[in-house]
Amino acid sequence: MSATLLEVENVHGYYGKSHILQGVTLEVREGEVVTLLGRNGAGKTSTVKSISGLLAPRTGRVRFAGTEISGWQPHQIAQLGLALVPENRGIFGLLSVEENLRIAARKRSPWSIKDVYTIFPRLEERRRNGGGQLSGGEQQMLAIARALVNAPKLLMLDEPVEGLAPVIVEEIVAQLKQIRATGIPILLIEQNLAVCTELADRHYILELGRVVYNGTHDEFAADEITKDRYLGVNAH
Amino acid sequence: MIYLFQLVNGIGLGMLYFLLAVGLSIIFGLLHFVNFAHGAFYLLGAYLAYDMIERGLNFWAGLVLAPLVVAALAALTEIVLLRRIYHLPHTFHILVTVGLALMVQELVIILWGPVGGNVSPPEALSGVVMLGDFIYPQYRLFVIVFTMVLALGLWWLLEGTRLGAVVRAGSESTDMVSLLGIDILKVNTAVFALGAGLAGLAGSLAAPIRGVEPFMGVEALGIAFVVVVIGGMGSYTGALVAGLLVGIVQSIMTTLWPEGARLMIYLGMGLVILTMPRGLLGRA
Repeated sequence: MSATLLEVENVHGYYGKSHILQGVTLEVREGEVVTLLGRNGAGKTSTVKSISGLLAPRTGRVRFAGTEISGWQPHQIAQLGLALVPENRGIFGLLSVEENLRIAARKRSPWSIKDVYTIFPRLEERRRNGGGQLSGGEQQMLAIARALVNAPKLLMLDEPVEGLAPVIVEEIVAQLKQIRATGIPILLIEQNLAVCTELADRHYILELGRVVYNGTHDEFAADEITKDRYLGVNAH
Repeated sequence: MIYLFQLVNGIGLGMLYFLLAVGLSIIFGLLHFVNFAHGAFYLLGAYLAYDMIERGLNFWAGLVLAPLVVAALAALTEIVLLRRIYHLPHTFHILVTVGLALMVQELVIILWGPVGGNVSPPEALSGVVMLGDFIYPQYRLFVIVFTMVLALGLWWLLEGTRLGAVVRAGSESTDMVSLLGIDILKVNTAVFALGAGLAGLAGSLAAPIRGVEPFMGVEALGIAFVVVVIGGMGSYTGALVAGLLVGIVQSIMTTLWPEGARLMIYLGMGLVILTMPRGLLGRA
């Protein structure tokens, strides 16, 4: 089994007084794609926010590549190689596509701006366009591309295909497979089970701010009860 | 002919207004911080240049040094005090920065007295040129050319460099900038110091034209807000267009109806607020 890269240990997080993360524990190992599943409000986004420092954990520990990073500032965590592509994509509308990439680009990144243009040819076509002029799918591609040129050691993607047309979803899933093939570990938040099935090695299910299920892809695929209990629309 | 003369005058005045206001505008755009101490940096720039030249320093050295000192003081203020209040409502920004401005103004009175003084333009620019039938001071022409070069440089800094892109990005989402590994606190300090330094430079440049006196900061703050409101908060081009507009209107009005020059400017601002609340070139 490969080495653990990211370790989240019993993390509690709050928004004001509401206790949103109630002891989340999970890990991502080298080369793995891990999904974080769960219903709306289960704490998926809060979990990645607490890993990236946007929501500092009240208690508990986050370790990345052997360094304890709980309590660090977001920019310090990002510099270490933990890249978050947030749910809203965070595209800068006042900047061109190329500028969005340029402010993120680091020399030590395995991906250059040219490389990401190869993965996402649409972005090269639109390099001079403003970030605000892109379609939802193009914005998502730009957000992923921007994370890649930022020298990531682990990618965290928060619902990358949410609200996109099926044909665009297919395109992005194919691109994510291409990225996965380079061996970079990915922590993926996703509601779309079909997408998870195509990409992930392991799954966590979050409910009410806690991890309630942890299994490999094959175990999960066979476990209709779990799927139904925690994710199914008919479950209660 | 008088109008051509006043037009040239207005351009010079307007470029100084631009220099004064652009910092206020960028600071608001990035930090959403209402800075009523902005006029105090202009005041300090003027007095520091005045003091340095009085002490026998070369005019050009004073022109470079005074704004740099202002920028350094602004950076210090930002780090020690202002960054602690960004997250508070605008009323707190106003309270703290008005207090700061008053302190600077009183300090100026304590150090240099309430009367003010004059600054001579440098030897090389103390002559005049003929603009048709009018004589025009060389120094004022220098101010026009110098501020235009500076405006171009600033445009390049904001539009052509990585720092400029980070500043524009930060005005949209500081969280996202941090997520890309950029220390937004450092960017904030740099931008604040830059804006204050430009206001200081406007003060240093204006000193040989209008002299120095302790209340020039208050007047400058009023003008800067008018320019920013007309041009649109956070907009470089807005500050340039509105600065020139205000300068030219004010200049031409001094020929037509001197008492109404100020009135026209504030009326113009009122009109812009009523019809285009975001300013001529402001963004949503």
